Amino acid sequence: MTSDSLLSARGLVKQFGNFRAVDGIDVSIERGESFGFLGPNGAGKTSTMRMISAVSQPTAGEIRIFGLNPVSHGPEIRARLGVVPQEDTLELELSVMNNLLMFGRYFDIPRKVIRQRATELLEFAQLSDRADDKCDNLSGGMKRRLTIARSLLNQPELLILDEPTTGLDPQARHLLWDRLYRLKRDGVTLIITTHYMDEAEQLCDRLVVMDQGRIVAEGAPRALIEQYSTREVLELRFGAEGQEPYVDRISEYAERVEVLPDRLLLYVHDGDEVLRAVHATGATPESALVRRSSLEDVFLRLTGRTLVD
Amino acid sequence: MDRTIRRGRTRTWPRWHRSLWYHGAFYLQTWRASVISTFLFPLLYLASMGLGVGHLVSAHTGLVEGRSYLRFVAPGLLAITAMNLGESESMWPVLGAVKWVRTYHAAVATPLEPEDIVLGKLAWVGVRLFFTGVVLTITIAFFGALNSWWALTLPLLAVLIGLAFAAPLMAFASTRESDASFTSIYRFLIIPMFLFSATFYPMSQYPGYLRPVVQLMPLYHGVALARSAAFGHAEVGSMVLHLTVLGGMLFLGLRSAKKNLRRRLAS
Repeated sequence: MTSDSLLSARGLVKQFGNFRAVDGIDVSIERGESFGFLGPNGAGKTSTMRMISAVSQPTAGEIRIFGLNPVSHGPEIRARLGVVPQEDTLELELSVMNNLLMFGRYFDIPRKVIRQRATELLEFAQLSDRADDKCDNLSGGMKRRLTIARSLLNQPELLILDEPTTGLDPQARHLLWDRLYRLKRDGVTLIITTHYMDEAEQLCDRLVVMDQGRIVAEGAPRALIEQYSTREVLELRFGAEGQEPYVDRISEYAERVEVLPDRLLLYVHDGDEVLRAVHATGATPESALVRRSSLEDVFLRLTGRTLVD
Repeated sequence: MDRTIRRGRTRTWPRWHRSLWYHGAFYLQTWRASVISTFLFPLLYLASMGLGVGHLVSAHTGLVEGRSYLRFVAPGLLAITAMNLGESESMWPVLGAVKWVRTYHAAVATPLEPEDIVLGKLAWVGVRLFFTGVVLTITIAFFGALNSWWALTLPLLAVLIGLAFAAPLMAFASTRESDASFTSIYRFLIIPMFLFSATFYPMSQYPGYLRPVVQLMPLYHGVALARSAAFGHAEVGSMVLHLTVLGGMLFLGLRSAKKNLRRRLAS
């Protein structure tokens, strides 16, 4: 644990009865960084978030947030945190403005200051013209933005977002991303969980991939792609004849081949070159697509394609 | 070290005020719906029972325990109103805050601890009970049904009675996943207590073997306290018993509400 880490955790475990939701993870997050936790449903992301937001206590292991121990200094730590939970948890009966004004009371911020910040934050969240509307009448994207505005009332040094864009349409997602960039630019440290790989590539300087309560990979998005995937992926689809006859013949051209029910994925350095070689073997794929490797390839390689529910 | 940690956790008095203010401010935004049930219903009961039934009673049997029926029944209605306010504030609103809208989850992401939420919430219910008690005491006085300065303690008794129900029910509601059991609480606890806690007729109407059963009903102790205060006479022994029962419910309820809400929100 380095002393200048904003947050560091070592050997973090969370156990619920016989179920080990988090199974010994180590992370260290620096000030100003934007850090991602990726993983399939049930990987332990939310349990980890709840521990590093000083709400739930670890079963074992140690956390330091702002250099403080959350077990003994929970309220002090939470006063400097902002949390955007998976569900919006807004007071639906109250107006948009009142949601902010009332939440500010929890931080003991003087009323005048809350009002001023709330006005600015509604501006930031593009909700100024809805200030007096009942919260229940907002769209999903608006509620999400209001929840983010609410999490910023105490001007947190660290903002923790649990699946911030799940369920939003593309417009709403991009608007949210834009707001998060701004916060990052202003020096706020961000911790984000998501299972959208494009989101992680967009937002995170560094990330960990979690699976079954453990960290299975850690690094910058580009570095992870280089480490766990190839530069390009060649996707081949075969027609009625099926792909089986070609698998053996083709696989020698790729670093790794993944056989899916409807197509072959060839992990290669240069997709076009391999495609020419494939054609030279006499194989006639119905369609061929060359694309750059993405974080999604890394994710699927590390956590598998099987659904875990 | 260990000691300072523990002290840091339990010394919550400055923080739970924030939860009290939050609940208070929330009420000020949404009070309209609750005013009718809090004040109008007891008033209607008082008019219908006290005047209507009271007229019938006086025509047939004259006085009840030496008083007009209106005087007899009025303090019981105050106790019932306190129970209803305590119970209604601590079932659906609490389940909603931990399960449906999850606003208590939002609150524990701030400096508040689960214990602060319990104290702030119950303190707010206490404030409402007090003011409801004041209004009802004035109303009952207006009907001419008070005859002791002890009646000035009625608002405080309303606080005790209401919280004696609110605290354990909050503890219960914080463990629930659905509101299915709340209906049973109404059917098998609240309504029987409302009807049979010597509220509408005196204990002497029950056969001897049923009296201990009535005494098991928490509301009975509230009714008895309110009646003593309104009439200004009491036996010390039974007062101590009534206060102990209600105080005990509040104490144990508060303790398990803190424990259960911590388990629900922070595990």
